[in-house]
Amino acid sequence: MRRILLESLKSPLTEAPPAAGDAALAELAAKLDRAAKRRLGRSLSIREVDAGSCNGCELEIHALNNAFYDLERFGLRFVASPRHADVLLVTGPVTKNMREALERTWRATPDPKWVVAVGNCARDGGIFAGSYAVTGGVSQVVPVDLHIPGCPPSPAQLLTGLLALLEQVDAKPAAS
Amino acid sequence: MASLIDTLPEARRVVAHRPRSRAVVSEGTWRAVGARIANGELTLAGLWGDTGAVHMAVFDAAGGIDVLTCACPNKSFPSLAAIHLPAIRLERTIRDLYGLEPVGLPDPRLWFDHGRWGVSHPLGAKDRPSVPAPYQFLPTEGEHLHQIPVGPVHAGIIEPGHFRFTANGETVVRLEERLGYVHKGIESLMAGATLETAARLAARTSGDSTVAYGLAFAQAVEAALEVEVPPRAVFLRALMAELERLANHLGDIGAICNDASFSILFAQCGILRERTLRTATACFGHRLMMDRVVPGGAAVDLAADGPAHLRTLLGEIRGKFPELVELYDNTASLQDRTVTTGILKPDLARQYGAGGYVGRASGRGFDARKQPGYAPYDQLAFDVPVLQEGDVNARVWVRIREVEQSLALIDQVLGRLPQGPIQVAIKTVSEAREGLGLVEGFRGDVLAWVRIEGGRVARCHLRDPSWFHWPLLEAVVEGNIVADFPLCNKSFNCSYSGHDL
Repeated sequence: MRRILLESLKSPLTEAPPAAGDAALAELAAKLDRAAKRRLGRSLSIREVDAGSCNGCELEIHALNNAFYDLERFGLRFVASPRHADVLLVTGPVTKNMREALERTWRATPDPKWVVAVGNCARDGGIFAGSYAVTGGVSQVVPVDLHIPGCPPSPAQLLTGLLALLEQVDAKPAAS
Repeated sequence: MASLIDTLPEARRVVAHRPRSRAVVSEGTWRAVGARIANGELTLAGLWGDTGAVHMAVFDAAGGIDVLTCACPNKSFPSLAAIHLPAIRLERTIRDLYGLEPVGLPDPRLWFDHGRWGVSHPLGAKDRPSVPAPYQFLPTEGEHLHQIPVGPVHAGIIEPGHFRFTANGETVVRLEERLGYVHKGIESLMAGATLETAARLAARTSGDSTVAYGLAFAQAVEAALEVEVPPRAVFLRALMAELERLANHLGDIGAICNDASFSILFAQCGILRERTLRTATACFGHRLMMDRVVPGGAAVDLAADGPAHLRTLLGEIRGKFPELVELYDNTASLQDRTVTTGILKPDLARQYGAGGYVGRASGRGFDARKQPGYAPYDQLAFDVPVLQEGDVNARVWVRIREVEQSLALIDQVLGRLPQGPIQVAIKTVSEAREGLGLVEGFRGDVLAWVRIEGGRVARCHLRDPSWFHWPLLEAVVEGNIVADFPLCNKSFNCSYSGHDL
């Protein structure tokens, strides 16, 4: 075990951080204020909520924790309870059977908070839009601050979006 | 060997069903076949609703599948669950979606219908509004029992579902699952869809098995329309399927160890999984290879430098994986958590027709690549590992052995990948056609059944292996401590989305 451990320390696999996406930054600009920056510093706690995805997005969100993407080095970490979270990362078209659970999770998250919708179906229901069983996107249920598209978005795309969120929280905020 | 339908006296065959037959049978024959399933002579492969009828897919002893249909002129049919418990949730679903009543169903509660859709029986008569009502969990009585409700939003990054534990101190005396939270209405979206859209829906039924679902759907369509897939595409599909199996097994092995807080194996397996996904991107342009398998063949060809990427991947995994396995096997604190934990008895695995590592770790050696079998696996050499212990450890070891088999299969595919086209056009057929596909996904056998009318999907049913795993998870957790539930759960790794549709 020690050998495997030491070997893994020799040459890190970690990817260089991507630049935060410009489009994502613009989308966020109006939404974050100085108070949030003071309160959060350079750290965000994320609660992931699957609101009806096919599980593809979850696989790639999981990958953010692997040795290549190592999300925690950016001060971003996943937490087990919405009560510990600053950000809700929501996937799926929001099924009607998950609507209440998503609303309650959002209400359980203390302010200030942000909602990031992940994946094509989280925007408007995507390929599942029009079904009797889906509401048609995260913004139908809770206010969305940022959308990361993709089916599923790759870990690099997820990272780009989350870094944009972090920079915006950290940078000079919009007038409040 | 005669098929099941050949032996049924008054079965009325439906002509355009392939590869084997579908037949309409009487309620009496439906019951009689049900009794043969209940006594273990036959195995239930699927049970689903249709407009005014229910269908049952049945494995015979050789793994061949016949489909039986029971017409429901009175909106009811004899419950199979009344004599064969694995059918309970399937029949509850048929009732929720179609409003067809399984007469004698031992569990009358709603399953997918949480009272949130605004309408009942969305695929049937849509005859009354749905109303949210409290879900009655099964009663538990006894001194010192307490309940632990978990979900639908879980602590980890996983799919939503509700688990109701009843525990006596640390010991779980009952787990009851409530699912249906991610029900998206995939079967309703399938109805009337073009083959192209339907294939994309199938590929998003369970994201971790997108290749397996794409392939099962494609097989069903190709059977229905008698499409011959070009040899190169057949091999490319197997290549993708084995990459998918590899990535999932590597992820699962690490994640099971992580649930015992053994994070070094989680990290190391995570590296191999990531390498596999990056290789998939280099070869086919998508990490999960979504939408790469389509009816008629493959949507993309293997990249020119794909074989080199694959050989590098095989080299890396073959170099690293054995020492990770050794570490797993030689760490007493980890073995203490996985050995004898969450035992699934072989009798239950057989009764439920449990596929994949769940069945194979409990003595059921079924693998759809062998039985009924499909190309190109008939030309490739591989073993199906089977263990008898049925504990978490056995489910880990089946995965370890399957990683080794998948590496060998990828090698073989690379060695004999034919040249030529990768896709044929799907021609429209005027009459109605039906087809069935069965594919061995990483989790077990994925069944797809489709009826095509005028070039569009009239009805499609997709049956995830998890349908038969979920109830078994309830059984194996009993008597284990609460803290071992994550290990049991991850060793099953059931699909929520694949089950909830």
